[in-house]
Amino acid sequence: MFDIKNLDITGALVLLDSGEITSVGLTQALIDLIKAEDSKYNAYLTLDEEYALAQAAGADAKRAAGETGKLLGIPVAIKDVLNVEGQVCTCGSKILEGYVSPYDATAIAKLRAAGAIFLGRTNMDEFAMGSTTENSAFQVTKNPCNTDYVPGGSSGGSAAAVGAGLAIAALGTDTGGSIRQPACFCGCVGLKPSYGRVSRFGLTAYCSSFDQAGPMTKTVKDAALLLEVMAGVDEYDASSAPVDVPEYTKHLTGDLTGMTIGIPKEYFIDGIDPEVSRTVKAAIDKCAELGAEIKDISLPLTDYAIATYYIIATAEASTNLARFDGVRYGARAEGATDPIDLYKKTKAAGFGEEVKRRIILGTYVLSSGYYDAYYGSAQKARTLIMQEFDKAFEDCDAMITPISPVPGYKIGENENDPLKMYLGDIFTVTANLAGICGLSVPYGKKDDLSIGVQILGPAFKEENILKIGDALERK
Amino acid sequence: MSENINYLTTIGLEVHVQLKTKTKIFCGCSVDSESEPNTNVCPVCLGYPGALPALNETVVKYGIMTGLMIGSKINRYSKFDRKSYFYPDMSKNFQTSQFDLPICEGGSIDIELEDGTRKSIGITRIHLEENAAKNFHLVKMSGVDFNRAGTPLIEVVTEPEIESPEEAYAFLQAIRQIVVYTGVSDCNLELGQLRCDVNCSVRPEGQVKLGERTEMKNLNTFKGIYNALQYEIERQKDVLRSGGTVSQETRRWDPDAGITTVMRTKEDAHDYRYLPEPDLMPMVFDDEYLEELRSSLPELPAKRRERFVVAYSLPAYDAGVLVAEKPIADYFEAAAKLSKNPKLVSNYMMTEMLRILSETEKDISEVTMTPEALAKLSNLVDAKTINSNTAKKVFDILFNEGGDPEKIVNENGWAQVSDTGAIEGFVDEAIAANPKSVEDYKAGKVAAIKFLVGQVMRFSKGKANPQLAESLLLEKLQ
Amino acid sequence: MSEEKHNGIDVAYVANLARMSLTEYEIEKFQSQLDQIVGYVEKIGELDLDGVEPSSRMRSLNNVYRKDELRDSLSHDKAMANAPEELNGLFKVPKIVE
Repeated sequence: MFDIKNLDITGALVLLDSGEITSVGLTQALIDLIKAEDSKYNAYLTLDEEYALAQAAGADAKRAAGETGKLLGIPVAIKDVLNVEGQVCTCGSKILEGYVSPYDATAIAKLRAAGAIFLGRTNMDEFAMGSTTENSAFQVTKNPCNTDYVPGGSSGGSAAAVGAGLAIAALGTDTGGSIRQPACFCGCVGLKPSYGRVSRFGLTAYCSSFDQAGPMTKTVKDAALLLEVMAGVDEYDASSAPVDVPEYTKHLTGDLTGMTIGIPKEYFIDGIDPEVSRTVKAAIDKCAELGAEIKDISLPLTDYAIATYYIIATAEASTNLARFDGVRYGARAEGATDPIDLYKKTKAAGFGEEVKRRIILGTYVLSSGYYDAYYGSAQKARTLIMQEFDKAFEDCDAMITPISPVPGYKIGENENDPLKMYLGDIFTVTANLAGICGLSVPYGKKDDLSIGVQILGPAFKEENILKIGDALERK
Repeated sequence: MSENINYLTTIGLEVHVQLKTKTKIFCGCSVDSESEPNTNVCPVCLGYPGALPALNETVVKYGIMTGLMIGSKINRYSKFDRKSYFYPDMSKNFQTSQFDLPICEGGSIDIELEDGTRKSIGITRIHLEENAAKNFHLVKMSGVDFNRAGTPLIEVVTEPEIESPEEAYAFLQAIRQIVVYTGVSDCNLELGQLRCDVNCSVRPEGQVKLGERTEMKNLNTFKGIYNALQYEIERQKDVLRSGGTVSQETRRWDPDAGITTVMRTKEDAHDYRYLPEPDLMPMVFDDEYLEELRSSLPELPAKRRERFVVAYSLPAYDAGVLVAEKPIADYFEAAAKLSKNPKLVSNYMMTEMLRILSETEKDISEVTMTPEALAKLSNLVDAKTINSNTAKKVFDILFNEGGDPEKIVNENGWAQVSDTGAIEGFVDEAIAANPKSVEDYKAGKVAAIKFLVGQVMRFSKGKANPQLAESLLLEKLQ
Repeated sequence: MSEEKHNGIDVAYVANLARMSLTEYEIEKFQSQLDQIVGYVEKIGELDLDGVEPSSRMRSLNNVYRKDELRDSLSHDKAMANAPEELNGLFKVPKIVE
């Protein structure tokens, strides 16, 4: 038998190729495991057994016929925000209850073409708005490291599933840290690709100019492998970049000689949990030991990142979420007297508090008389932040920073203090503002909570951060 | 006293023209307007979660071509914006349109009124945007068909320089002619391919500041716009005459009752909250691209008319008729260039071609007769090889069966006889056979000569050149 | 709290712009939370932004177009499958009063 909880993609492919297991066997084993144990974590919203087993049988037949595929027969858990044809896609919201997607997201289509199996959909903060997954309309997901704690968010379901061993790998999305922070909390690897690296077509938009889908895995190598499959320009997404996709897995040499790693001093401020600081410092030391040059750098605009991020993200969200009105799909309120009344009632009943709060903030910053002071200024601030990162990356190949100031939040801890929650995103939102890539790799612990470090790289230099992450993983 | 005040009218139009593409502006769905409801739809035009727009390059091209035709400045950097607007016909509850950097700015369109007055109307801007879906209003509920959602539009906004319903009407005709000419739209009014928002205000003569304006939205016939304006202008004048004030509001034109009524007041005006569209990349145009489009443009119809008058010696009226539709004008010009007598070609186009086309409900593109054949026909007439009656017969054959006019004339032996010797025989026969008419002529009845010419034609079986016959007769009867 | 400066957000008014009903309880709760959040984001006013170009999207890709070529639409059944209410092939909505 195999240790399914610790099985990664690379290991599973070896077993499948050797014939030791079949994809049907693997998929069934995972389904059984999820059924037995997920009640402890509530990582999955839905399991699509029939769909997954049929796909698995197809993969086994292909393998028997001598066909290959980078992910042939590998089950992957999908955050409930990415469209998979024929599956539900609630985005953690009651407003999309009953919606069945008629199409594949491009990232999903690429995984499908590589042979991946879509066995279930993972929980998330409603429309990816949140840092704890407590904003899901359906269930509270628990951190597998300690079930009194949140798994982080918004991709908390995917992080918990991978962290608990209930998924071999998963997809998340990251708009302001939603892959990296939950990966950090749940002890798994999370990669936010550069903006434009992975097509957003089929990713239900929260903030169109920040959103990116990316892998959440047990190893850095698996993340590299998934990114190789998902990345690339897409004619359905005008913002996807026509930049070649390297074979990321070939960059994972363990040797950091010749690399320069910047340490931005603004990311090491008072109020950070000492164990978080210690973990990040240990990782920096390790990189030095492996041959990297460490350099102190400064990103003075960091202090303005949260304000800039929340203005732009909510402004775009207020328009992106306008479409959920109960006319063409999704839930619809009863008893409306006219269409506007229908919208008002449908949104009132369908959206949760955090989503409503952000729609109102976003509507406000775009409204007549306030645009210049808020949205207009935030767009300019973004320009400065982008320039600051461009400049900083002239002197280094990557940066290492903490991900979250704290190792975790207890469930319910921040329920009525949204601003405090927003401020917790301080180390992650900058990557989204600047469009660069970021990787979260587990590197320490505080009691039973996991602590990760963040490695930031220039846009379209995922190989830099994957190489460093992989080297750290080898400790 | 106040009834003696003269009022000035100011009108501005926002004209929405559907572009002639195969697919919608942001997705590959067909723009066919005759399909069953909700069959030309996909996740993009239905505003599904996760769907993204992908810009149709032909839409951009057509927008620029329209701007170049009317002398607009093409913005070298242009972008799309989201315009928030909640309505069941907007699948995303925002319209993807253009706000501060439209594709074209400025330019003008020349109009001509029925009395021949000419005027140039300034254009503020042209921008690209997606069309809305179609609402069906039933008794207790409404239904939405998204086939039209996302079909490509240009919106042409005029300066407030139109001063009467007649000018508005002429402007609409002119803009329709231009876009059809350029080939960027069919402008089929029945299919709703041109719709118009109309702003108008009146003010007492002598007042500089424009009066408070009202708006009428979504008018889709020229006559409707004309009538609505006539009514609304009079209504506003009445309000002012009776000492009232016109309030800024949106009004609905009721074509059956022939009146306008209040639809929305300024208080519930919209806050569109424009947001630069993050899902679409900016458009940047260089000289090379614009030059390529410029060189592909047809001549403006008004310019072409003037040129036809000079180059082909046509009366202005005839030239106007010929240029009204580009395929007709192209056909005429192809023939005129090969003809020794372009005026004759014009005559055949005006009297024969257009009449038969309208009778047979045919399009000129379906006609078998080539412009070369028409040119040859005109040359045969010009050289007096055939007379005009024969030419009509040849024209009919060419129209129905095609072929070469010289061959048709030869095979049928229709060439007219211009040989003096041969005609002289027929003239003598005619004189001998009609002594009474000869007497009449000699007695001063000039008209009798026409009868004798007819007789010559009869004896010659229609082949004699009538001018020559008449000359010979006059000579002999002197 | 450091209010006064921002004369602010009117939650009920903005909710109406967003065509979203809120309960009295929500209005009250959001008003105080959003006053605080808006107060915080006003921080960007401290930056000197004169002459800075706004970035409304990421790296500068230009002229990304699609050819005017037909692609498959959804089948009518698939398009209507998600409709909360359908009427004779149309998406049914409450009566539109213009």
